[in-house]
Amino acid sequence: MADKNPFPGENNTGHIWDDNLRELKNPPPRWWMIAFWASVIWWIAYGVIYPMWPALPGSQGYTKGVTGWTQMKEYNEGVAEVEAVRAEFETKLAGLSAADILNDEGLSAYTVASAKVLFGDNCAACHGRSGQGGPGFPVLVDDDWLYGGAIENIEQTITIGRKGIMTAHANVLKPEEVDELANAVVAGKPESSPLFLQKGCIACHGMDGKGMAALGSANLTDSLYRFVPQEGQSVLDSVKYTIMHGVNDPTDPSTRQAVMPAFGERLSQDDIKKLAVYVHRLGGGQ
Amino acid sequence: MSDNQKSQRDAAVEALYEEAGHWHINTGDETIHAKRVGGKWRTLKWLTSSLWLIYFLGPYLRWGDRQAVLFDIPNRQFHLFGVTILPQDFWMLSLLLLFFAILLAVVTAVAGRVWCGFFCFQTVWTDVYTWIEEKLEGAPAKRQKLDKAPLSFEKIRTKGVKHLLWLIIAFITGIGFITWFVDAQQFWIDLLSFNLGTTALITLALFTVGTYVLAGFLREQACFWLCPYARIQAVMVDNSTAVPTYDFHRGEPRGRVKKGQNEDDRTTGDCVDCNQCVAVCPTGVDIRHGQQEGCIMCALCIDACDIVMEKVGRPTGLIRYESLDTLNGKEDRPLLKRPRVWIYTAVLALSLVGIAYGLSTLDAIEIKVIHDRQPLFVVQSDGSIQNKYTVKILNKMTEDMDVAITASGLEGLQVIGADKPITSQHGKVTPKTIFVRVPPANIGGDSMPILFRAVGTDKNGQPFVSERQSVFMGPG
Repeated sequence: MADKNPFPGENNTGHIWDDNLRELKNPPPRWWMIAFWASVIWWIAYGVIYPMWPALPGSQGYTKGVTGWTQMKEYNEGVAEVEAVRAEFETKLAGLSAADILNDEGLSAYTVASAKVLFGDNCAACHGRSGQGGPGFPVLVDDDWLYGGAIENIEQTITIGRKGIMTAHANVLKPEEVDELANAVVAGKPESSPLFLQKGCIACHGMDGKGMAALGSANLTDSLYRFVPQEGQSVLDSVKYTIMHGVNDPTDPSTRQAVMPAFGERLSQDDIKKLAVYVHRLGGGQ
Repeated sequence: MSDNQKSQRDAAVEALYEEAGHWHINTGDETIHAKRVGGKWRTLKWLTSSLWLIYFLGPYLRWGDRQAVLFDIPNRQFHLFGVTILPQDFWMLSLLLLFFAILLAVVTAVAGRVWCGFFCFQTVWTDVYTWIEEKLEGAPAKRQKLDKAPLSFEKIRTKGVKHLLWLIIAFITGIGFITWFVDAQQFWIDLLSFNLGTTALITLALFTVGTYVLAGFLREQACFWLCPYARIQAVMVDNSTAVPTYDFHRGEPRGRVKKGQNEDDRTTGDCVDCNQCVAVCPTGVDIRHGQQEGCIMCALCIDACDIVMEKVGRPTGLIRYESLDTLNGKEDRPLLKRPRVWIYTAVLALSLVGIAYGLSTLDAIEIKVIHDRQPLFVVQSDGSIQNKYTVKILNKMTEDMDVAITASGLEGLQVIGADKPITSQHGKVTPKTIFVRVPPANIGGDSMPILFRAVGTDKNGQPFVSERQSVFMGPG
């Protein structure tokens, strides 16, 4: 640091490097200073209006700000706003049956929009996001219903759950009998085989093979199958498997699993109504 | 020239030269106090400026029970007299913008910065502001003196009134803007009862401050440093463009008129170097330096120069609308031989045709069909294939309409969920879920075209039709 300033009178700090590189004491530009002080004022005002400072060490709390604003409060206000809009529909829904809701254009439109979340939380895991079903789980968008596709049936299914039973026939029928029955089912004419009557299939599937909604037995005459063939499996093999191992038969470890849990305890009655309407409107409701 | 004329002339130029000392070229460090002189261009400028009265008065035009022109952003509707335009028809706006952009280009190519000099809000508002300034504070020299004068009661009073008037104009400008976007009558009711909404208040404040600062203080500096349009002038102007030009062949070498000199003896050009062209220039440029970015081509210097030329008994038009080509003795290219004119005209015509087509084919209803993708199709118990669609009906009319939906294109198809006409709300999109079922025998592939048709009927029984192509998916 030179004692004699080689650049006198130019308002430098006296710090000089490399002969002539020096630090000046020029003030920052005016606009910069305005922005700087505006930021400081902003900061103070913010601290006054909003929560800002934590409490001193050893004590609890924080400065609350004069407006008393909190994130939670703002969030709750937002929720209340949405709830207020929904409340209008929800109170109407509470007093109506699922069938009434279905018949009301406005209410069922509201239900279809709002029950999407309920469906996603409770049903989509097995039945697919859009009710398209999954391996081993029923499709909800078609018109084939084991327990009936009327709104009341659907509501009941959700409430009490379902667990169909079909006994395993591996020990009852000879392989060629299984073959004959399976072929008749695949052809869509189960009653064409005399075995259908003789072996007692009619007890559950009915004289005409169209199933009974009260029992949840499958319609064997249509082109849809409750248990779709696995990858690489033929429809015939899949049908044979079902005949041999049954459904939910505790005596056969290879039996088909088909359990719909009951939601009567888990969901409120209004939620079940909404879900019933939602499922009915997926495309297959009757 | 007689002696009497000569002495008259000498007296006139003496006064001019006295004034000339005050003028110098604008570099932005000093407020421009332009002198005001009359003339035909000045008159024309007032006329073109007065077009802005539409901006203030337009919103009070009524059409039936509503404002004739209203850009209703909250309700997403644009009302243009009898026509209501919804966001779905907004593509026309891009054509409109294209039209104006090209109009700007074609005008600039033919006659320079006509927009800047005669129409631009920056020019017009600055003009009005400085007019007020002159009325209150006097001629430019007096204003400069007042600016430099120490603070006094008189100075505060004069300046205070000026700023108050400026602010009032700025405030009215803000009101003018807002009333294009909200109902003007309702706006005044809200304003006078202090019930304006936040958006309106903020807009009003921004426009008041913006107008006040831009027209009161920034003035020509906005044209120099802020305006992007001023920056792209050079590419639109060519040698055939007629712009206010100083005829240097005639004017140079410029020289002051000497007292008692005979007009026939002079060795100088026609320019008497009185600096009047600089004095009247609102942007403070010197036209005699040739074309320059600071010149907004307002032609006020033409008026000033003509007045001087008449005083000194020389032909007028030393500064005039002239192209560089003709100034340099080349033949002027006729408009029709200039490719720019052709290209610009073609684009102009195209955009106009597009807008006309759009306005004449504004549909009353419009449907969109969204095919449900999960699942793509559903097999029914009888083997038929079902597809799910969301049909969105946009009703652009001012009343609700019953709309019947049908589909065609596949043999034996059956539409489910559209047996009753759907009530579509006016000015809104009404969605409706419908299903289409086709027997397995008629499925000819994994994706087949299907045509949806919506027929709406208004209360007079007039049908409105909208069709939309979609696909029907099957197992193939």
